[in-house]
Amino acid sequence: MDATAKVAQEAGRRFEKVIQILDGHNRDRTRLVPILQAVQEEYRYLPEEVMTLVATSLGISPAKVYGVATFYSHFALQPKGKYVIRVCDGTACHVKGSQDLVDALQGKLGLGGSRKTTADMMFTLETVSCLGACGLAPAMVVNEDVHGQVGPDQACEILEGIRQQEGM
Amino acid sequence: MELQAMGEAYGKSSKHFRRRVVICAGTGCMANGAMKVFEALRKEAGDHGISLDIELDFEETRDRDGLLTKSGCQGFCQMGPLLSIEPDGILYCKVRPTDVAEIVSQTLLDGKAVERLLYPHPTTGKPCRGRHEIPFYALQQRTVLKSCGSLDPEDIREYLSQGGYRSAAKAYLEMQPDAVCGEILASGLRGRGGGGFPTGRKWEMARVQPGPKKYIVCNGDEGDPGAFMDRSVMEGNPHAVIEGMMIAARAIGADEGYVYVRAEYPLAVARVRRAAADAEKLGLLGDDLFGTGMGFRVHVMEGAGAFVCGEETALLASIEGQRGMPMPKPPFPAQCGLFGKPTIINNVETLASVPLILAQGAAAFKETGTPASPGTKTFALTGHVANTGLIEVPFGTSLRHIVYEVGGGVTGKDGRISEAGFKAVQIGGPSGGCLTREHLDLPMDFDNLTSIGAMVGSGGLVVMNQETCMVQVAKFFMQFTQNESCGKCVPCREGTRQMLALLDDITEGRATEETLPLLEMLARNVKVGALCGLGKTAPNPVLSTLKHFRDEYEAHVHRKVCPSRVCKALMTPAIEASLCKGCTLCARKCPVGAIIGERKTAHQIDPGKCIRCGACVDACKFNAITGA
Ligand SMILES: Cc1cc2nc3c(=O)[nH]c(=O)nc-3n(C[C@H](O)[C@H](O)[C@H](O)COP(=O)(O)O)c2cc1C
Ligand code: SF4
Ligand code: SF4
Ligand code: FES
Ligand code: FES
Repeated sequence: MDATAKVAQEAGRRFEKVIQILDGHNRDRTRLVPILQAVQEEYRYLPEEVMTLVATSLGISPAKVYGVATFYSHFALQPKGKYVIRVCDGTACHVKGSQDLVDALQGKLGLGGSRKTTADMMFTLETVSCLGACGLAPAMVVNEDVHGQVGPDQACEILEGIRQQEGM
Repeated sequence: MELQAMGEAYGKSSKHFRRRVVICAGTGCMANGAMKVFEALRKEAGDHGISLDIELDFEETRDRDGLLTKSGCQGFCQMGPLLSIEPDGILYCKVRPTDVAEIVSQTLLDGKAVERLLYPHPTTGKPCRGRHEIPFYALQQRTVLKSCGSLDPEDIREYLSQGGYRSAAKAYLEMQPDAVCGEILASGLRGRGGGGFPTGRKWEMARVQPGPKKYIVCNGDEGDPGAFMDRSVMEGNPHAVIEGMMIAARAIGADEGYVYVRAEYPLAVARVRRAAADAEKLGLLGDDLFGTGMGFRVHVMEGAGAFVCGEETALLASIEGQRGMPMPKPPFPAQCGLFGKPTIINNVETLASVPLILAQGAAAFKETGTPASPGTKTFALTGHVANTGLIEVPFGTSLRHIVYEVGGGVTGKDGRISEAGFKAVQIGGPSGGCLTREHLDLPMDFDNLTSIGAMVGSGGLVVMNQETCMVQVAKFFMQFTQNESCGKCVPCREGTRQMLALLDDITEGRATEETLPLLEMLARNVKVGALCGLGKTAPNPVLSTLKHFRDEYEAHVHRKVCPSRVCKALMTPAIEASLCKGCTLCARKCPVGAIIGERKTAHQIDPGKCIRCGACVDACKFNAITGA
């Protein structure tokens, strides 16, 4: 199979999954948010062509889908890394020094400014506005795992742990 | 009745267990490894021939060793993972898998407490055996949270055995809609989601709307940073929320409901989903509630990370599949809400209170709290306080009681209790304000707090010590609202941006004589001009800190110093040669080697190297370092 055919096949497989999701929600346009959530779960972000497909299938304009996708902070229009590290910067975590965590991790990962994902697509670093684990401030989440009372050095240890596990 | 029978059967079979071991499986304790303790305990008990069942068998009437269950957050997260053992009345703190062997051999086999795992009393140091001896618990009045942390949120039969769904049955079988509304109105229950609007009045407004299609929406968005009360209720007692929705549905004649939970709370989403599915399986939800022919169904929807979606009209737009932008009111959702139909939106805690009110009666409910704010309120107590966690106290309780008694006092930079440490409490999140020393004895209720420019809000209480810069606190909230502004209206979108810029000027030393008056004027304009509650309340943290801590702002503006030594741009540490004894302490503390000088001679700071961390100022015993 040549490269273009491979890409086409790949795309076909992608769309199949989207169609399944759409059908699962009865192609109901009021279910746009959960549909996009499911799509994102599948691809880890919202590829442009998928949003267009969703729009056509629901009979709404791509601009509307795009408008919804950009409104909510959970939707990513760029691919994210394999490990999404979210440091809480809610009130409780902030007063207990969450900025130090961000600084330490940014340093370790070589991220900063608008760069949130490492070049090797392994790590994405974000801040969120409260994880609801404020009793354990400062808190951070790696994918689904919540870590509480994390200092900058522990944050780096957690990071190293993942790197080792990945053989990096 | 079937419901009662089911509850009783469960209650009876659970009596056949000699012990009940409950492990907290709230977010905090899970983060600290509660599930590892759970597994270790199962295994260790098995090795000793003790059977710790994790699922109760209905038919089983034989005596058994013990039941091991999980619970939602028990509130004392900082001490987690927590493990309690009944009927011994023991509560173990900070339990590690390595402690399990001792727990099994001493407590489960011998009935003795493992002393080192008990909570030491903060003043006497004596180990507290159980909750009744721990001040953090003994000084609270837990009603809405009572079952959070004792029942297994994933087993509907537990809720049934504690009288669950009995209030809903009463509402459907023995009461008419107007009577349900009337009872809630008489109880004086006010919405716990922030505004404190009388719940009965809201329901009544929706009840009288014509038409067969109405909705109940439970607001579980809880976007306020620093708040996790709703999360804990949804995770710890999801059936109470569903029962509250059923009662609301009966009161207004709705047949469909949504629980809108923020996506950052995956455990809450899962538990509410499970609760709704289990209730449906038992026929408690569905087409025919209690044989009345009336139907009610619940959908669970995950938010997608927009704070403004907690606002009710925005939340409805989000359920409809649109950008979650607020709409001007009126019409109120009670008149024209979800898909254009009359809709009641209530907060999680509000709805969880409803079954309690029907069970005990409005009069009994009013006995707690203050006349205009009856009942209890949950607060998320965080920040510089010894016992952070989830608490519940009657309305009218003083801040002093919460911070010093329940919270165990204010902590300093080193984490130790410091008597003089208290500076302020920020209450109500980004819509709220500050309480200071002078408010320590104010009975806290909706109206008292509003009268001093703060608000109950959702119930976040952030304790701040003397080392907190109030301008930075204001800036933190401004940054938050500026990020979260939906951008629909200009006062909020542009106003918050400009306010943030002014605050930046203040903390970075660019402020002039005009800055503070300009900031105040802008704040007042945004407050009146914005469309929704987000913009209208965004200036509150600024106005409130300006009111109570004006001298701190002025020090930043006029003298270019940050009295709390937080704002780095304003720090120019220098050593006053006449005071310096040359003890070298500062030089040893400085992380970047910016301090030079011979022993016993005056030291000097190299401003080019200094990173303005302030460590030297703390280190110097002779107050010789200034400018920071
Ligand atoms: C910006 C903004 C965010 C809000 N966020 C929440 C929230 O997270 N949870 C909540 O219950 N109410 C929130 N509210 C209040 C709701 O609009 C609404 O008043 C409340 O859910 C009504 O329930 P209650 O009467 O039971 O308090 C918010 C309001 C605004 C303006
Ligand atoms: S006040 Fe702010 S959040 Fe509310 S509608 Fe206006 S721009 Fe949107
Ligand atoms: S402020 Fe920090 S970096 Fe600067 S001299 Fe003092 S200790 Fe060193
Ligand atoms: S403020 Fe960080 S978890 Fe709530
Ligand atoms: S999560 Fe266990 S006490 Fe809060």
